[in-house]
Amino acid sequence: MKIHEHQAAELLSQYQVPNAGGPAAFTPAEAAEAASSLGGDLFVVKAQIHAGGRGKAGGVKLAHSIAEVEKIAGELLGKTLVTKQTGPQGKVVHRLMVTRGVSIQKEFYLSFVMDGANEGVTLMASAEGGMEIEETAAHHPEKIARCLIDPVVGLRSFQIRRVAHTLGLTKEQEKEFAAMAGNLYRLFIDKDCSLIELNPLILTGEGHLMALDIKMDFDGNALFRHPELAELADPLEEDPKEAEAGKYRLNYIPLTGNIGCMVNGAGLAMATMDIIKAFGGEPANFLDVGGGASAEQVAGAFRILLSDPHVQGLFINIFGGIMRCDVLAEGIVEAARQVEVKVPMVVRLQGTNADIGKKLLNASGLDIHSTDDLAEAAHLIVSLSGGKRA
Amino acid sequence: MSIFINQDTRVLVQGITGSQGKFHTEQMIAYGTKVVGGVTPGKGGQEVCGVPVFDSVQEAVQQTGANASVVYVPPAFAADGILEASEAGLPLVVCITEGIPILDMLRVKKHLNGRATRLIGPNCPGLTTPDECKIGIMPGFIHKKGHIGVVSRSGTLTYEAVHQLTVLGLGQSTAIGIGGDPIKGTGFLDVLAAFEADPDTYGIVMIGEIGGSGEEEAARWIQSHMTKPVTAFVAGRTAPPGRRMGHAGAIVSGGQGGAKEKIEAIRACGVPVADTLDRIGVTMEEALRKHNLLDRCR
Repeated sequence: MKIHEHQAAELLSQYQVPNAGGPAAFTPAEAAEAASSLGGDLFVVKAQIHAGGRGKAGGVKLAHSIAEVEKIAGELLGKTLVTKQTGPQGKVVHRLMVTRGVSIQKEFYLSFVMDGANEGVTLMASAEGGMEIEETAAHHPEKIARCLIDPVVGLRSFQIRRVAHTLGLTKEQEKEFAAMAGNLYRLFIDKDCSLIELNPLILTGEGHLMALDIKMDFDGNALFRHPELAELADPLEEDPKEAEAGKYRLNYIPLTGNIGCMVNGAGLAMATMDIIKAFGGEPANFLDVGGGASAEQVAGAFRILLSDPHVQGLFINIFGGIMRCDVLAEGIVEAARQVEVKVPMVVRLQGTNADIGKKLLNASGLDIHSTDDLAEAAHLIVSLSGGKRA
Repeated sequence: MSIFINQDTRVLVQGITGSQGKFHTEQMIAYGTKVVGGVTPGKGGQEVCGVPVFDSVQEAVQQTGANASVVYVPPAFAADGILEASEAGLPLVVCITEGIPILDMLRVKKHLNGRATRLIGPNCPGLTTPDECKIGIMPGFIHKKGHIGVVSRSGTLTYEAVHQLTVLGLGQSTAIGIGGDPIKGTGFLDVLAAFEADPDTYGIVMIGEIGGSGEEEAARWIQSHMTKPVTAFVAGRTAPPGRRMGHAGAIVSGGQGGAKEKIEAIRACGVPVADTLDRIGVTMEEALRKHNLLDRCR
């Protein structure tokens, strides 16, 4: 689960990590108020969206007066930012963070990432931080120092010394770095983070370390023990269809094709999208109804699929294990009574109670093509949906 | 023969009094699995599906002689459940629970390292040795006794693979879902090695998906260590990069762990890969024919 930068900055402050965070503002007036409470004559107005690459997309602006802060805030709020990480549709800016301008001597990169493949937490740091870090990672991986932290023994002093050394810091600054790294790791573990990224971590004009840009991501599975973090979720950052799917505990991801898919199990759902594509069609979405979906969940999934105006056909592929095919069929029939279905539907049911499920569908009077054969089903939905979309 | 479980496996159900635990205990018993007891702290002395419930795993093991357990407890308590089973000396723990915090699993994995307990999962459907023992949530009736080993990272794709093999008359020695989480107790390599060592397994179907590098490592190991034919399938060719597709492990990042790269790497090691989902069974059938094993497998 992602949070906004101003919220991440508050967490850093709680863990004594120096940062350039500031108050959040939802209106130009609030932004002006925030600036006057900060004082000084140089401000930074930062768009708060759950995606990186804001600087290059025009989402971070300098202001030299409170009036300018207010003017920039007016321009940014409501604007759609398209960055490297938002996708082509971009993200609308609903809130800002206002901070004091700081003088920058040097920019570093510092991050802690949950690293499942290596069974630990990976610490990465580079003396070449800032907006080009992805370039550095791709072309000069040797310029990024890495160390793997074993959660059983935690972050060790020798690891901090080794990383600090690569940053070219003075003795005093190395001490600051050690304290900062220790506090960040403590925060990472305490709050079940999956990512803490400071890019850049700066050396201020006065020679002190400070987190200038902050990204944090948390393990959604651990939110049960962090109710204070769960409250920080921002529904405006979610796709409305994804949010609706979340209500029914469905795993839904919209794509750009025209064949709506409803499948049980993530692996089978991906493989179903693959076979549609292999046969010349384009999936409109990924939708995993899970292992033991109820008729109500299936009905919810059905409505979400049909609410996509691009959908020209529905493919339902269910392998009943825990999920019984008759329950699924009931869900489809119930949903089809409430929503008018104008697109062709191909259903492939296999596994537990598949025969009962098929009988229910056939008796419903709905226009449904039902088949056991996977390849036949996939060919059928592709041709019924008008083949490949231009 | 088979791997990991057989007719002598005596199963304990951790979380037996929950709705999932109860439902699948019934299913396992109906399949013929020897479920000898259950554990739910505070509910010792009760009886569920005709088997006794104990307060602790240790007590249950002492009373029933269990040699395996299956964990259905909620995510917040699952890590504790696994560790308790390990401490009680159980050689096999199958964790079905989905959504365990990754930090909990990291610690569990490190703790189990070097100990006698094999963990399968978490977030997995379990495993079945047809006509002998089923542990987990797989639908029993799709299986048929035979000589093909199945190992898969995805639940429903395990069922799909088993079903296709059964329809072709190719029974299974053991079918096992290892789970889709990035931190898992048993990986492809452990299972492949066990199948290679099992005299009753003649061929192996491996099902992978995007994310991580388990499939590539497995393919290299197959090339250098395995004498039996292995065929594969990888889901997620059309998955958009960077999006989570339900399994925490299924994250494509930086051009690594993509389905295309995986399929190329697996094929480069001489392992045939089914092009589409519907061809998992026939790809194995073709490989068996090529190795003159088809008749022995039917």
